[in-house]
Amino acid sequence: MKRSSIAFWIGAVVFLAAVLVMTQVVGNQYPFFAGYVILQSIALAVAWSILGGYAGYVNFGTSAFYGVGVYASVFMVSAFGAPLPVQILTGAAIGALMGLALGLLTLRMQGIFFSIATIALTIVIETTITNWRYVGGAAGIQIQRPAATSPFDNYVQMLFFVQAVLVVVAVAISRYIQNSWVGRGLQALRDDELAAECTGVPTLRLKLLACVISGALMCAVGAPAAMYLQYADPGSAFNLNYSVTTLAMALIGGTAHWAGPIIGAILLGTTQQLLTVTISSEVNLLVLGLMLVLFVVGAPEGIVGLIHKLRGNRKEGKI
Amino acid sequence: MILSETQAPLLRICALTKRFGGFTALHSVSVDIRPGERFGLIGPNGSGKTTLINCISGAFRTEPGTILFRDEDITPLPPHLRTCRGIARSFQIPRPFRSMTVAENLMVALDFAAHEHVSVAQRRDTMMSILDQMGLGSKVNVSATQLSQVELRKMELARAMATHPKLLISDEAMAGLSSSEVDEVLDLLLSLASRDITIIMIEHIMQAVMRFSERVMCLDAGRIIAIGAPSEVMADKRVQEAYLGT
Repeated sequence: MKRSSIAFWIGAVVFLAAVLVMTQVVGNQYPFFAGYVILQSIALAVAWSILGGYAGYVNFGTSAFYGVGVYASVFMVSAFGAPLPVQILTGAAIGALMGLALGLLTLRMQGIFFSIATIALTIVIETTITNWRYVGGAAGIQIQRPAATSPFDNYVQMLFFVQAVLVVVAVAISRYIQNSWVGRGLQALRDDELAAECTGVPTLRLKLLACVISGALMCAVGAPAAMYLQYADPGSAFNLNYSVTTLAMALIGGTAHWAGPIIGAILLGTTQQLLTVTISSEVNLLVLGLMLVLFVVGAPEGIVGLIHKLRGNRKEGKI
Repeated sequence: MILSETQAPLLRICALTKRFGGFTALHSVSVDIRPGERFGLIGPNGSGKTTLINCISGAFRTEPGTILFRDEDITPLPPHLRTCRGIARSFQIPRPFRSMTVAENLMVALDFAAHEHVSVAQRRDTMMSILDQMGLGSKVNVSATQLSQVELRKMELARAMATHPKLLISDEAMAGLSSSEVDEVLDLLLSLASRDITIIMIEHIMQAVMRFSERVMCLDAGRIIAIGAPSEVMADKRVQEAYLGT
C-alpha cells in the first residue's frame, strides 16, 4: 500500500473513533442532530461528484436518489420491520438499479440535456410515491424507531455514527475511483468525449458505472433519514433543495479532487446549520446563492482548484 | 510493392455511403489499404476526407457499406473497440484532454487500449519512449493547455501511438505549421511507417503528400476521382480540375 493510502485509512479510523467517542461522551442531543445533517451533506456531495465531478455529467437528480433511499427504508420497515443495515443495503441496491436505468435512458444525451432529464426523474418518482398509499402517499407516514443497540444509548447517536461510516465508505470509493483507471477514463471523457472514445475509453460503460455507484451511494445516504426524522413525506424527501445544495457543495469545494466535495460540504453545511439556528432557514438559501455566485466568478475550480493555483504560483515564483 | 499487392488488405472499405440528411458526403466509396502502406488522402475542402476517416474510426455510423479490418467486419463496432482492434487517429483540430498533463494524456491510451496486461512501470516506460521518439520528452509533466501548436500535433500523434495501432490515421497533422515544423512532423510519420505501421495521411500540403505517400487517393464531392502513384494522381486532369476549378 502506498504511503498516502496508509495515511488516508489512518485518518478514516481516527475519524470514526472520534465520532464513536463523541457519542459516548457528549450528552447533549443537539450536536448529533445538526452533525447528522452535515455528515449527510458530505456523503451526498462526495457521491454526487463521482458522476457530476469526475465525469462532468451534472446531475440534478440527487433528491430523486435521496428520496428513493428514504422510501426504500420506509417500505422495508413497514413491510418487514427490517433493521437499519438491511434498510441501507436495500437502499443502495435500489439506487444502483435506478442509476443503471437512468444512465441507460439518459447518458447518451450530453451536457444540459442530461441535466434536464435528471430533474424530470425527480418529479416522476415523487409523483409515483405521492400516489402510493402503502408508504403513506401524499400525507406521509410515521415510523417507529426501535430501541438503540449498544454501545449507543440513543438512536440519534447511533444514526450519527452510521452516517459517519457512510461518509467513510463514500470517500473511500471516490478516492479509489480518482486514483484508478476508472477515474482517468472519466476525466478523459469529461475533457473530450470523442477523443476519449478514439483513445480506447469505453465512454458509455464508464458513465454507466459512475452513475450506478453515485446512485447507490446517494440512496444509501438517504436510507437512514427515515429513522432520523421518524417521518417521511414525498414533499420533503424529494425536496429539490437536496439537489441544489449537493451540487453547490461539490462545486464550491471543487470536483477535481476527492477532498473537494468534503471541504465544500463542511463549509456550506456548517454555515447553513449556524444560519438556520441563529437567523432563519430562509437566509440559508440566500447565502447559498451568494456563495455559489462568488465561487463561479472568483474560483470556478472551487476551493481545491484555488489551493492548487496558489501552490502552483508559489512554485513558479521560486523558480 | 508487387508482394504487397497480393497480400490481403489491412483495411477494406466496401461501397461506403454517408448521408447527412439530404446531403450525401460519401458516394459508395470502395478502397483497399494494404498492410504497411503509406497512403495519402487528398481532395479539396468539403470533399469528404474527414468524413471518410470519421467513418473508419467509428465516430460516424455508416449505412450502407461495410468496413473490414484484418478480415473482420468492424462496421457495427463503437470507436473504442475499433481503437482496441488497432485503428488510431489524430484529429484535424487537436483534441487533447485539457485537464491532464502530457503524460496523463498518454496514460489514458495505455490504460484502455493496451493489448496486453503490463505493469504500471512498464507502461511508464512505453510512454516515455513514445514521448522521446516524438520529441516531447521534456514536456512529460506539462499541462496539455500549455503546449504550442506543433507540440499539440505531436501529442495527438503520440497519444494515437500509445494505443499501439496497426493503422494510424493522421488528419491534417501539419495544417497551420511552419515549413520546418512540417518537415519535423513528416519525418515522425515516416519513422512510424518504417516500423510496420500502416498510415493514412490526410493532407493539403502537396509536397508533404508527394514525399510521404506510396499511393494517393483523391476525393471530390464524396467520390474517388483518382487513385494510384502520387505522380500519376497529380498529373490526372480531373484532380487538377478539382483543385483549380475548370
